[in-house]
Amino acid sequence: MTESDAAISLEGISVRYRLPKEHIPTFKEFAIQRMLRGRTEYHNFFALEDVSLEVRRGEVFGIVGANGAGKSTLLKVIARVIPPTQGRVRVWGRVAPLLELGAGFDPELTGRENVFLNGALLGRPRAEMESRLEAILDFAGVREFIDAPLYTFSSGMMARLGFAIATDVEPDILIVDEILSVGDADFQEKSVDRIQQFRQRGATIVLVSHNLSAIQTMCSRAAWLKHGRVAMIGNADTVTRCYEDTHTRSA
Amino acid sequence: MTVPVYDSAARGFLIVEEIRELFRFREFLRLAILHSVAKRYKRSVLGVLWTLLNPLLTMSVLAFVFSAAFGNSLERYPVYVLTGIIFWQFFSQTTVQATHSLVWGSSLLKRVYVPRSIFVVAAAGSGLVNLIMSVLMLIVIMVIWRQPFYVTWWFLPVAILLLAMFTLGVGLFVSALAVQFTDVVDMYQMVIQILFWFTPIMYPKTVLPEQYGWIINVNPLYHLLELFRAPLYNGWLPGPNTMAAAAGVAVMSLLVGWLFFIWQADRIVYRI
Repeated sequence: MTESDAAISLEGISVRYRLPKEHIPTFKEFAIQRMLRGRTEYHNFFALEDVSLEVRRGEVFGIVGANGAGKSTLLKVIARVIPPTQGRVRVWGRVAPLLELGAGFDPELTGRENVFLNGALLGRPRAEMESRLEAILDFAGVREFIDAPLYTFSSGMMARLGFAIATDVEPDILIVDEILSVGDADFQEKSVDRIQQFRQRGATIVLVSHNLSAIQTMCSRAAWLKHGRVAMIGNADTVTRCYEDTHTRSA
Repeated sequence: MTVPVYDSAARGFLIVEEIRELFRFREFLRLAILHSVAKRYKRSVLGVLWTLLNPLLTMSVLAFVFSAAFGNSLERYPVYVLTGIIFWQFFSQTTVQATHSLVWGSSLLKRVYVPRSIFVVAAAGSGLVNLIMSVLMLIVIMVIWRQPFYVTWWFLPVAILLLAMFTLGVGLFVSALAVQFTDVVDMYQMVIQILFWFTPIMYPKTVLPEQYGWIINVNPLYHLLELFRAPLYNGWLPGPNTMAAAAGVAVMSLLVGWLFFIWQADRIVYRI
């Protein structure tokens, strides 16, 4: 694979948290402990350890693994939220992270204000958001509530609005964390349609899911994460089958 | 697309890159500043008057208590105190807010990408809006009190710019430090208290015995305060030494604060 057709490249990525060995509730105790014992001891926790993988442009790439295996951390490294402790991550193109869809929402503000706030959080200028407002409201189907404060919205409405804003601009790379559960059945269909459209037009998709059949049908390749390390990488069918085997066996 | 849009190894350029990212997120910055300013004035008929109420009250008390002590050596003592308090409010509120800002912003920083310096810059921005409103109110009050009108007021934007640069630098520094060590927040409150008394805000510099004058002179805030107060209260422009010192500490502070923040930037999300 030449570098020019890579969309995402991870080289030896580690994400290491230093956790203090004992709980330090107050500043006073912290200071006293420092005086008595010197430096607080830490132990290292690797959320990801030496992960290398490459996702080609236009590919639909799946990630499987048990809870706490590092899947979400990996997505956050790609989405630039977590800078890796070690290694190098490179991303070519505009990323739409469909993680934490309502992260920037402020319940006190109206739906309209939240559209602008969320757009601003994606680094989009206000004029652009103004011209896109109608399209976003249409897609989310929340037009009649748009001037009510967000706390009056149902969680489904918020999720729909979040999805509509996040996918409003056609992305080069789409990062999806169990997206197939947004909103009601109608909206799920609509959101899957939109993702399929992006895919047909050549977007790269990284998909984390516990739904192995979804990974098998949608993805060409997949990686299996185990305790922060890549246990296996390759053909989506093979990887999901191996993953499934070990888990049914251990169960 | 041979150049990656995001490259975690492009470290050397982060110093510049972060500025570019701040510009890209200018709309979020604007909203964050607007939000914190609006929160202050929400549901208040008096609106901007609230900005000055706090310094006005402080000034009234100080003027009442200390007029007897300094009233003779300082004419128009209330105006003297008020300029000092407005100056101090901007510096202390902005930097104290900066020590909290990354913790407040943690819910966002942990979930989506935003330039990490944006919360500190927003704190300085909303402080700046309040400072400008306070100065305008002060000028209104001075007119009402029939204080002399000075042409040197044109110099105020320069003084405010240098003060803002200095404050932003300190804010960046303490915010990055506060993420590493939780006790910095408490310690900084103490530092601010001590600094307040070592800055001639409510007393004239001449009040100190001559052998301690150097303490005031090494205080960077003294020079910035002079720069701010001289055109407003005295009606003259500060001398070249004061100007050079103020410009020097402003640039140094911003440079050191920015470099330190950028150096720590990648660790922030691991600690909040």
